[in-house]
Amino acid sequence: MKQFGIFIQKELFHILRDRRTLFILLGMPMALVLLFGFAITNEIDNARIAILDQSKGEMSQEITQRLVASGYFLIDENLQEVAQIEQHFRQGKTKMAVIFPSELQENMRRNLPTQIQLIADATDPNTATTLINYASAIIGQYVQEQARGQAMPMLIRTEVKMLYNPRLKSVFMFVPGVMTVILMLVSAMMTSIAITREKELGTMEVLLASPLKPAMIIVGKVIPYILLALANTVVILLLGTFVFGMPVRGSLALLGLECLLFVIAALSLGILISTRTDSQQVAMLISLMVLMLPTILLSGFIFPIESMPKVLQVISNIIPAKWFIIILKNIMLKGTGAEFVWKESLILAGMTLFFIGVSVRNFKIRLE
Amino acid sequence: MVPAITADKLTKKFGDFTAVNQITFEVKKGEIFGFLGANGAGKTTAMRMLNGLSRPTAGQASVAGFDVYRQTEKIKQHIGYMSQKFSLYEDLTVKENIQFYGGIYGLPGREIRHQVKALIEGLGMQAFAGTLVKSIPLGWKQKLSFSIAIMHRPGIVFLDEPTGGVDPITRRQFWEMIYKAASEGMTVFVTTHYMDEAEYCGRVSIMVDGRIAALDTPRALKEQFGASSMNDVFLQLTRPKS
Repeated sequence: MKQFGIFIQKELFHILRDRRTLFILLGMPMALVLLFGFAITNEIDNARIAILDQSKGEMSQEITQRLVASGYFLIDENLQEVAQIEQHFRQGKTKMAVIFPSELQENMRRNLPTQIQLIADATDPNTATTLINYASAIIGQYVQEQARGQAMPMLIRTEVKMLYNPRLKSVFMFVPGVMTVILMLVSAMMTSIAITREKELGTMEVLLASPLKPAMIIVGKVIPYILLALANTVVILLLGTFVFGMPVRGSLALLGLECLLFVIAALSLGILISTRTDSQQVAMLISLMVLMLPTILLSGFIFPIESMPKVLQVISNIIPAKWFIIILKNIMLKGTGAEFVWKESLILAGMTLFFIGVSVRNFKIRLE
Repeated sequence: MVPAITADKLTKKFGDFTAVNQITFEVKKGEIFGFLGANGAGKTTAMRMLNGLSRPTAGQASVAGFDVYRQTEKIKQHIGYMSQKFSLYEDLTVKENIQFYGGIYGLPGREIRHQVKALIEGLGMQAFAGTLVKSIPLGWKQKLSFSIAIMHRPGIVFLDEPTGGVDPITRRQFWEMIYKAASEGMTVFVTTHYMDEAEYCGRVSIMVDGRIAALDTPRALKEQFGASSMNDVFLQLTRPKS
């Protein structure tokens, strides 16, 4: 046990003395959370729109005011003729144009069907869709209010309620995602690099020829990274909670345990990588290409799994990050307990055992 | 007296390639045994089988009386090992390296404190005690590495090309350290391809293509091959017969 303590102490020296790496490891989570939280966002704020008001009536005025009052839109320019629209979009000045037809007022009064045209710049499809949805909703609501008291044809209204994230804040999606990416990075990439570094330096040989058990060497190398990963978890959670108002509705203890489980899964992947290569460079490349990219792209962090092609949906099942993100969202946003995440946890635990099993086998083959 | 190392038809194959082919030899206690050979002749592979890092394909061997198949953990407690790369941690200080290796070899705390002092003074490294290993000269690293490898007083020490890349004066000092360790009863098993160093050894074996081509004292080998130096012996053995 004393040997073990000395080993971990040595490992901590390595980490603490490599100031640059340590700075990146601790600074990156903060940078990523702040970046995703503030800069990369799906929310629409003050999008510039153009208005072409051919009716020049009080209704079009009122609708325009409603749009502005919502806070989502900002009037960039009032256009005079249809020909200006295209030009305006080309100059990139505006994201959406609203065209009120000249017969708007008249048709509304006589209860005739009428159309307001919305034109959006779909070079960015997500933003375009969101803008159109917002604008349609605002206009729809206005029309309904006007129609009140009048004899209406059969009308079904949808009453929408957004559960768990009523304001549709994208931070709620990014915090679990960033946490997953960071934990994967710190745990898998850093351990695979730390282990291959000892192989490159030749110190691994000496350690293996010493009375230390091989399992003890690996566990000793990995423990400091567990601590580092958990410290990062705390930082990300604090930032998410206090800066972005991300709730943690479920049990903190359960959340901590699940993070630990995911960290161990990622560590075992790092160990697996380090049994396949002797070079730090290769270990880093494998970590980035084989672990990081799928973790970002296929885990549901950025792109919804439901909208992927079937093949990718199937592949996403073997990405540990997918299950961890489901667990995180359940605990943090829905506030569910262990009874709703045990299946995902079991899958993660199973993966961990599998990775460790393969690592041990690889290790033995190498010794032959 | 039980020999320190015995090998009987020890063999290691990697697939179809035979790296070490039925080598047989004995090393006596307190002997300095030189293990010579060109690069790729199988020296390191043979050494790795003896110190428990690699499992033999066939043959028998024992180190310090323990079997290399079943008792590798016992072997590891009785040997010291210095690899080709000196195996010190560059981002740890001289003192911390000593403390670390003392610790993993299970020396008690009092003994480690004593060794830190004795080792640093013995090497005359007081000025470097708190310096990171990466900033001390290569010759010092090598001497420090050897001292650390024998700090826990192993019966046998394995040195894998310990003098690679260091200057002649330091090499001489290094061999003085080896002599001192041997005079205290330690068995030294050393691989090298510096033939002048072979002259310092009690006995040498010369490996060619995985086999031991010659094994005797340097003097007897020179007589046998009618050569003036070990260099000639080596060239006669390794050069294809014309």
